[in-house]
Amino acid sequence: MSGDTPTPPREAPLAPRPLTLPAAPVIDASHLTIRFGDVTAVDDVSFHLDRGELFGFLGPNGSGKTTIIRALCGLIPLTSGDATILGMDVRQHAPDIKRHVGYMSQKFGLYEDLTVEENLTFYAAAYGLAPPAIKPRIHELLDLTSLHPYFTRRVSQLSGGWKQRLSLACAIIHAPEVVFLDEPTAGIDPVARRSLWDLFFQLSGQGVTFFVTTHYMDEAERCGRLGYIYMSKLIALGTVADLQQLPDANPPGTSRLELEAPAVSVLLAQLRQFPGVREATIFGRAIHALVDTTSIDALHSAFPQLTLRAIEPSLEDIFVTLTYHIMAEQK
Amino acid sequence: MTPPDITPQSKLSPPTPPPPPAQDRSPFFGLIPIARKELTHILRDPTTLFFALLIPILQLFLFGYAVDTNVRQVPTVIFDESHTQQSRSLIQAFAASDIFRISSYAQSEPAMYAAMRSGHARVAIRIPFDYARNLQLGTTATVLVLVDGSDSSIAGITVDASTGVALEQSLARIPGLTSQPIEVRPSVLYNPSTRSANFFIPGLIAILLQMMIILLIALSLVRERERGTLEQLKMTPIAPLGLMIGKMIPYGALAFGELCIILTLMRFIFQVPIHGSLVLLLLMSVPFLLTVLGIGLIISTRAKTQAEAFQLAMGTILPSVFLSGYIFQIANMPAFFRGVSAIIPATYYIQVIRGIVLRGAGFTDLWPNALILTLMGSAAILTAAYAFVKQNAV
Repeated sequence: MSGDTPTPPREAPLAPRPLTLPAAPVIDASHLTIRFGDVTAVDDVSFHLDRGELFGFLGPNGSGKTTIIRALCGLIPLTSGDATILGMDVRQHAPDIKRHVGYMSQKFGLYEDLTVEENLTFYAAAYGLAPPAIKPRIHELLDLTSLHPYFTRRVSQLSGGWKQRLSLACAIIHAPEVVFLDEPTAGIDPVARRSLWDLFFQLSGQGVTFFVTTHYMDEAERCGRLGYIYMSKLIALGTVADLQQLPDANPPGTSRLELEAPAVSVLLAQLRQFPGVREATIFGRAIHALVDTTSIDALHSAFPQLTLRAIEPSLEDIFVTLTYHIMAEQK
Repeated sequence: MTPPDITPQSKLSPPTPPPPPAQDRSPFFGLIPIARKELTHILRDPTTLFFALLIPILQLFLFGYAVDTNVRQVPTVIFDESHTQQSRSLIQAFAASDIFRISSYAQSEPAMYAAMRSGHARVAIRIPFDYARNLQLGTTATVLVLVDGSDSSIAGITVDASTGVALEQSLARIPGLTSQPIEVRPSVLYNPSTRSANFFIPGLIAILLQMMIILLIALSLVRERERGTLEQLKMTPIAPLGLMIGKMIPYGALAFGELCIILTLMRFIFQVPIHGSLVLLLLMSVPFLLTVLGIGLIISTRAKTQAEAFQLAMGTILPSVFLSGYIFQIANMPAFFRGVSAIIPATYYIQVIRGIVLRGAGFTDLWPNALILTLMGSAAILTAAYAFVKQNAV
């Protein structure tokens, strides 16, 4: 038994405080640009999140994901552009924003030598919870995260999955309306990962807005909407279905095919050399390829052993195609 | 599937309303939670606490017993070629002073030099064969005193002392002179026995406290940076000054406790009497503690790793040892180093602690030092908080 059993869904009243501006987007970033000296870390990025949305933010390491989170929390000054959270300007209201925003990263942010209780109590006080409110709030969160049995345990004795749950509990101790999750499930096992995502959905259902960065495509597919950032630029934004329809992801005159054959790994190298094949990669026992539509017949006759089937691009396909597209443009 | 649990819902309070704005905007917001958390860290790790308190005490014993700059009982070799009543009386006079200790008698000139070269003797006294005769004839009798110059403090004092012995002997030979025409009676105030311990231990307290505090507080913040908890703290509404001062309180209290332990050891183990007011000494230690805590915080904003913080902390110790007046007199330093010593906090605290312990100085004598330390401390803490805010932007 892994111990990371999913919490039974329960309508715990973890709902955030009523919004001051219910109609306005919870996060509104327009033409966000951040430069460090000559380096442009974030280049003209615009997006907005509505209340209760679970927004996935993807991109290679160093593409500017964490920088955007830090800027939205008011830790980094914006070079240009505007951003508001819950209607508060990040330039002017950073201290107020911090009280309405939770943050959790893969680094945990927990004190290993303190107990679960001490960590929760510390963060409750750090977020300015009134002393009489701290205990009931901690118990709510222990219910939510099923951390009750580990209450008096030191964090250093917890497994990665439990640390992440505690980390989430600390991040939402002040009942924030917005939660930033910076690669929250990096390096934890799939069972713990799924139960953590169940928690996100539960909170999201109660109106908490999530901004999640991840490298996992299965996690990205769970998000309501996605943004893909590459080389400091937001190059794709929308639902999974939106992204699948993107022209750049499906260049005109091409088809996305699933090719089935015995010994696909041997075929892959030959396929990549074949004229008209733009991309080819192995998915399990098949090859996913982006092929010029005019070359399909030639492909068929060159490799008669292949079974061809048209498919929708997966998220990974989309991001890879978009990335190649940008790289080609830059050349 | 179990139905949703209704009972806990009803008793759960609605989300906490935000605290009042006055508290929200305090520049010290988060001070108490940070102080409490830091105290838990300290108490959770008794080994670190033990060594933090013990190491300065060990150093106190090490330095307290090892450092003795008084020149006494300098080993002296005698080469007496005269072998007379008069030469023996001269040797007696040297032996009677506390400065010289007759360690050996050489029978030849090379043996005398050999004793010096080997370091067995620091001073050589050669009484020539015509010493007694010259005395009797009333001509000047010459005595050769060789001094090992490789230790400058020994050299200076033994030269003076040997001249003194000769002068005394000469005066005694003036006929009819029953008493010396002029007698100087030096009297040392404030440290009458001129014990080194009395002089060095009060200064050592400043150095030890500084080393301990800077290291502890700098490491505590850098550890948070290394482990990623600092990133999390920055996302909370904790104000920079709340974080800084919250960290200073437990470590300041720890340092104050250590100060009391060291003062107790100084008084009862090293027998250094405290002539002034102990309460004033403790009160005037507070601005110094604040200053070194602030320096520790500045280091913690510069250092990326604990190793780097350790090196920087050690870097602050050297100037404090050599340029604060702890070992060398500031008045004798070149102008440049006098300028440097004027910006070293330990300089002012060593004056305070020596003033109170050795001279019984009071508040009226020492308030400028307390004022300077308070200003330095405030500047250090504000600098650290400013550097901390600046760092967010990177």
